[in-house]
Amino acid sequence: MKAIKVLVSTACFMGMAVSTHADETAALSIEGQDFTIQAAAPAHAENLDEVTSGWIYRARETQALQLDDFDNPGFVFVDQAIDSWNEVDGTEDKSCASCHENVEDFAGLRTTLPRVEDGKVVTMEDLVNSCRTEQMGAEPWKYSGAQMIGMTALIGLQSRGLPMNVAIDGEAAEFWEQGKELYYTRVGQLDMSCSNCHEDNYDTMIRADHLSQGQTNGFPTYRLKNAKLNSTHGRFKGCMKNIRAQPYKVGGDEFKSLELYIASRGQGLSVETPSVRN
Amino acid sequence: MRIIGISIAVAGLLANPLAAEPVAPNDVKYEDGVVSASLTGVPGDPANGRDVFKNRKQGNCLACHVNADMPEESFHGEVGPEMTGVADRWEAQELRAIVANSKMVFEDSIMPAFYKDTGFERTLEKFEGQSILTAQQVEDVIAYLQTLTE
Ligand code: HEC
Ligand code: HEC
Ligand code: HEC
Repeated sequence: MKAIKVLVSTACFMGMAVSTHADETAALSIEGQDFTIQAAAPAHAENLDEVTSGWIYRARETQALQLDDFDNPGFVFVDQAIDSWNEVDGTEDKSCASCHENVEDFAGLRTTLPRVEDGKVVTMEDLVNSCRTEQMGAEPWKYSGAQMIGMTALIGLQSRGLPMNVAIDGEAAEFWEQGKELYYTRVGQLDMSCSNCHEDNYDTMIRADHLSQGQTNGFPTYRLKNAKLNSTHGRFKGCMKNIRAQPYKVGGDEFKSLELYIASRGQGLSVETPSVRN
Repeated sequence: MRIIGISIAVAGLLANPLAAEPVAPNDVKYEDGVVSASLTGVPGDPANGRDVFKNRKQGNCLACHVNADMPEESFHGEVGPEMTGVADRWEAQELRAIVANSKMVFEDSIMPAFYKDTGFERTLEKFEGQSILTAQQVEDVIAYLQTLTE
């Protein structure tokens, strides 16, 4: 009697179980351009053999949205950023376009950010806001607000397909170490570190979520969950809140160091900005 | 109406001779991966324990453990071992230690400590000073796990 019951419940369960492991053969190609979504891990990511894009772990339907820019909802926001690129603002009566003739000139920039300059971690957001305040005499944008995220997506897009390649030596080394420390520190009531999920358990289901390596090469990322572009720091914040931890400040020193460290873990992966995730 | 409801609840509580103060998280005695004494003195309720196991805001155990006893739930995590036969592998007193603070049994485990309320870094304010589960919820989960024989 009991054996039958167990068999039945196992059968039901298997009927609904989803196949969870990433399809190793899936290839990402957008508008004829091939992307590196899997690469040998850099030596400084000592606990990883390979680095993999978060795209690999998404459901087929989600993956498909990134294969064609027409289907990729992130491009709505990129288009809005093109408008704001041409919009005059501030005391100097200038737009981005007044000084930067063509946004395409920023090709390659995204792969090198964040970078360390004069003892500070400089992110894409910092570069944009410094032009707004110092060159345009305009108000800075909110660090993780819609205008800023759109602009970082437009500039990031110019590097799409190029491999991530941040500097971690020299002046950057101490910030990289700080970021690494944060990555491995357990926080929150659930007492977990980024590494617990994204290094020890990637390619594993955590309830309905298929864990990735938590790479940042796709950011800003369009998420089906909130139907907008999401910033790197916004995602870090979300992961910290999920483990019931008080997030660090968006745009603050801790998240910038963490961003540098994580970018370095994704060395070699293609920029996918704007990627699509659930 | 409301006042009557509350007084009935209070009366119910007083009427229960077993309801003593639960053991506080810091007072739980772990001895070689075992917590011998019940945290509350009140027998666990397996039906409630089953709810705690799957509730995302309570145990959310299903986030990490496949549980064949819950085919009605569509998403089972696979970070930890499957729960089938867990009662054959562990005694109640061991299960109490695993659920209350898994790190006392599995070194450096990713599994959260469900009955611990201090010693965390940067806990969100609204969870500060609290354990994930109450003492009785832990006892209920243990009672439920004991039903999972192979
Ligand atoms: C009045 C001129 C001017 C305007 C207007 C301006 N910029 Fe700049 N921008 C510059 C100059 C000059 C630099 C180079 C600064 C340097 O290298 O120190 C620069 C650098 C940058 C960089 C960093 C490039 C790199 O390789 O490090 C980015 C990104 C950028 N601008 C984006 C923008 C955006 C977006 C806007 C509009 C919101 C804008 N800029 C408006 C003059 C301007
Ligand atoms: C409890 C598990 C857990 C922890 C701990 C955790 N994350 Fe996540 N993270 C997730 C889940 C689930 C997702 C969504 C699926 C995926 O891409 O892994 C995610 C996604 C991400 C992504 C987006 C990846 C992409 O390709 O879009 C980044 C970046 C990220 N996490 C960074 C972090 C950082 C930084 C920390 C530590 C501060 C952290 N995570 C801690 C579960 C976790
Ligand atoms: C974030 C992941 C996670 C969550 C949430 C979680 N566990 Fe675990 N659990 C694990 C892992 C991983 C192990 C294996 C021990 C180890 O390696 O740390 C484990 C081990 C166990 C074991 C021993 C299983 C065996 O067969 O040896 C039991 C029992 C258990 N967990 C019960 C629970 C209960 C009950 C809950 C919820 C109240 C829960 N777990 C929540 C990850 C988790």
